[in-house]
Amino acid sequence: MVDALFLGVAVLTIVSAIAALEMRSLVYAGLALMGTLGGIAGFFLLLDSPFVALFQIAVYVGSIAVLILFTIMLVKRELIFHKKEDTKRRYAGIGLMLIIMISMGALIFNSGLSSITTDEPPVDYKEIGNDFLTYYWPALIAMALVLSGSVTGAMILARRYDGVKNE
Amino acid sequence: MSNELIDFVIVSVALLAIGIYGLSVKRNFIRMLFAVEIVINAANLNLVAFARFLPHSGGQTFALFSIAIAAAEVAVGLALIIVAYRMYKNIDVADFRSLKG
Repeated sequence: MVDALFLGVAVLTIVSAIAALEMRSLVYAGLALMGTLGGIAGFFLLLDSPFVALFQIAVYVGSIAVLILFTIMLVKRELIFHKKEDTKRRYAGIGLMLIIMISMGALIFNSGLSSITTDEPPVDYKEIGNDFLTYYWPALIAMALVLSGSVTGAMILARRYDGVKNE
Repeated sequence: MSNELIDFVIVSVALLAIGIYGLSVKRNFIRMLFAVEIVINAANLNLVAFARFLPHSGGQTFALFSIAIAAAEVAVGLALIIVAYRMYKNIDVADFRSLKG
């Protein structure tokens, strides 16, 4: 049986996810996306994973959402409110969404997942640190290289050549 | 724990479906990026939920990796949006015609 807190976080997450895609203004849509990401952090807290929850808040709600808002502000005002959509495509998308929800929902309900419960203590964050520094250390280094490469690549992509017209 | 694994998985499926809807319907580059973020977060929620109920530290470790890689992806995606906006003065992906082969 779900508790009220879970229900509240679930409603916040799903409603703000829909709002992020459907709100007319991109600025409000970005703020709604922050709500979704914060809701996911709430789920992580409910799952006794405070380390991942704080990482989620620091990376997603803190930096990515701000980055997205600044990018939205760099775009022209008319485009922020501009919403061009094909009605047929929209109905097809809603149909696809319902098919995925119903088929995967039916699959999950019949899979026996509902019988899985746990009384064991949650994973300690020391174990995660241990994992990072022992078994997954090559992946950690690869991730660091990917991150620095992508940030450098993003800066090279977005830089403006002074004196050269782009148009 | 009063919540069961299946509750978290159902929320994750709902988020995945919403994300796929956004990817298939929206033509605005920024909104498509939002949809990708929602799908990635649905996957992370699944990873952490299974890590809690099995219980195993691997799920949380992979979720942390996933969050970091998603941050890199967003940085590159937003840079691409800025470049595309400079070139086309638009962020509608249907207008990015010269990207076609």
